[in-house]
Amino acid sequence: MKASVLTKVATQSILKNKMRTLLTMLGIIIGVGAVILMVAIGQGAQGQIQRQIEGLGTNLIVIAPGTSNTGGVSGGAGSFNRLTVDDVEKLERETVLLAGVSPVIATGSQVIGGQGNWRTRINGVSVDYATIRDWGTTSGSFFDDADQRSMARVAVIGQTVKEALFPDSDPVGEQIQLRNVPFRVIGVLEPKGQSAEGTDQDDVILAPYTTVRTRLSGRSFVPQILASTFSPEEIPSAQEEIALIMREAHDLAEWEADDFTVRNQADLTDAAQGTTEVMTVLLSAVAGISLLVGGIGIMNIMLVSVTERTREIGVRLSIGARGSDVLTQFLVEAIVMSAIGGALGVGLGFASAQVLANATGWSTAISPTTVGVALAFSAAIGIFFGFYPARQASSLDPIEALRYE
Amino acid sequence: MTTLRASRAADRGIASVSTDAGDVVIRTTGLTRVYATGRTEVRALDGVDVSVREGEFVAVMGASGSGKSTLMNILGCLDKPTAGSYELDGIRVEELDKNALAEIRNQRIGFVFQSFNLLARTAAIDNVELPLLYDRSGRKIDSRKAAAEALERVGLADRMDHEPSEMSGGEQQRVAIARALVGQPSLILADEPTGNLDSRTSVDVMTLFQDLNDQGITVIIVTHEPEIARYCKRIIRMRDGRVIVDEPVRDRRCARDDLERLAYLDEQNVAEVAV
Ligand SMILES: Nc1ncnc2c1ncn2[C@@H]1O[C@H](COP(=O)(O)OP(=O)(O)O)[C@@H](O)[C@H]1O
Ligand SMILES: [Mg+2]
Repeated sequence: MKASVLTKVATQSILKNKMRTLLTMLGIIIGVGAVILMVAIGQGAQGQIQRQIEGLGTNLIVIAPGTSNTGGVSGGAGSFNRLTVDDVEKLERETVLLAGVSPVIATGSQVIGGQGNWRTRINGVSVDYATIRDWGTTSGSFFDDADQRSMARVAVIGQTVKEALFPDSDPVGEQIQLRNVPFRVIGVLEPKGQSAEGTDQDDVILAPYTTVRTRLSGRSFVPQILASTFSPEEIPSAQEEIALIMREAHDLAEWEADDFTVRNQADLTDAAQGTTEVMTVLLSAVAGISLLVGGIGIMNIMLVSVTERTREIGVRLSIGARGSDVLTQFLVEAIVMSAIGGALGVGLGFASAQVLANATGWSTAISPTTVGVALAFSAAIGIFFGFYPARQASSLDPIEALRYE
Repeated sequence: MTTLRASRAADRGIASVSTDAGDVVIRTTGLTRVYATGRTEVRALDGVDVSVREGEFVAVMGASGSGKSTLMNILGCLDKPTAGSYELDGIRVEELDKNALAEIRNQRIGFVFQSFNLLARTAAIDNVELPLLYDRSGRKIDSRKAAAEALERVGLADRMDHEPSEMSGGEQQRVAIARALVGQPSLILADEPTGNLDSRTSVDVMTLFQDLNDQGITVIIVTHEPEIARYCKRIIRMRDGRVIVDEPVRDRRCARDDLERLAYLDEQNVAEVAV
């Protein structure tokens, strides 16, 4: 049969049974749509967490006090178990592999200035912090070595703080009061959004750790030290280097375990990815089931119409169609239906992912792989359930097919 | 060719009986068909020898279960004999494969079923066009136009776009006949074509078959109604899968005349009622 005739016969047959066609396609539409939506949610969550962790800065290494294994050393709460500014300075002096090192001395405070007052976090950090966290300014600039050495009362403020205190003006050069200590705003940080834990990273004020330690906090220990390498490949050796320097700084004997932990971004990512992967797998399973249910629906409809279709095959065979003509027709029908159904399903998946994203603020991601797999699956289902009964029927003799009940 | 045959047939006139000297179209020898159903075997055909010449008009008669349909299905290349041979236009049909049989069904035979076997929810013209869509002979035909002409020939020019469910049984059978003749076959086979129709419509359908036969087409129909068989030229009677009688029709009738007579009687009746 010519291709044009074949298309004509197949289209006629599809249009002639609108209800059957619609029901058949509905299974595929919903199945494919569900797969795409579910995977979009899962991958969106994964992508969001990935971005948030990357948002911490590239090639990040986090040094925290305490042993990584809980049954650790006897030392307990001695000052040895803490990280200090001396540790930071020693790391800075002796490191070869690190691109930057910065303590994070966190304290909270009321800020007064501009339009009023605002409660926020104040982080005492070093000059390297901007590099480590890959964090630029939208206005003004970060503080420099001179500020750090001279314990200058300068501050770089986050977007949220800027919005709260200086909504309509550029705060660079303005005065603010932190615990009654006047600081000069020298820069405004780029917005970074929420962290993986859901805190607003822009609700922060950065100042030289030297200043924060002497003027605001008064304590000499450091809750956390951040460092970064020049490239991801250097991270493992940099971690070893840090460990060596830190053990020396803490005067640890060979038999003593580390009283600090050094973790890299991959460790952090792994933990977070683990949970979202479980979620994605679960969602995909749900979606897979709905695709299967769709497939069973198609099979049901095909089985219901098999008597009618077998007779149709009988009629066609009796007037001179070859078995192969009939098979090709059914194959084309199945392909057309699952292609249209698949395309509509992809559309439905996209649309519902968009609606969901708008309604909940979740981020969703649709990859070409998802679309491809969903389409391939729907084509397989459509072809299997549409084509298989036809194959059976077309191998009958015309008379048997006509007599089929 | 068709027109030549047609004029020859017209010369002979409708009264001519089975003395036609046309070529042999169908020849079966020892045709046997056994259905194996579970443990029992049914010999539906048990050694049938028949010859049919070009231009004949044969009625196959016999009680239900005597093997008429089985014979027709084999003659129509819809089924194959278990034993014996069937020659159609000199071709040994039992030696052909499925595709060659499909080709023969498409090119040489028009088959009409008792239950019409039209495609549901499909316009008359699409149903009639169907055989031409499977035509592989390479002959150039405007299948749409041919289908419309075939419908005109059976008097359904005004029903082309109707679906089977919108037509009476007689109209559906006409569509089926149009479908059978659209490919210009030389042989038309009809298995109880009037079996589902009332007597008036039956006569109506028989006028079609007589017209086709007058145009030179060989026609074989199955019927168990003697009145219908009298429109044919030759009767083959079967019993238990064998041919028991094979004779010409003596008092052959013209379906068109009968139809006119019926119409006249109707008028009389209406007139009587009116008086
Ligand atoms: N598909 C079949 N399977 C088994 N037996 C059949 C089949 N078709 C017909 N028969 C049997 O073959 C015999 C002849 O049937 P058939 O040719 O249909 O007779 P007719 O058309 O004269 O009524 C019957 O006894 C019938 O039961
Ligand atoms: Mg029968």
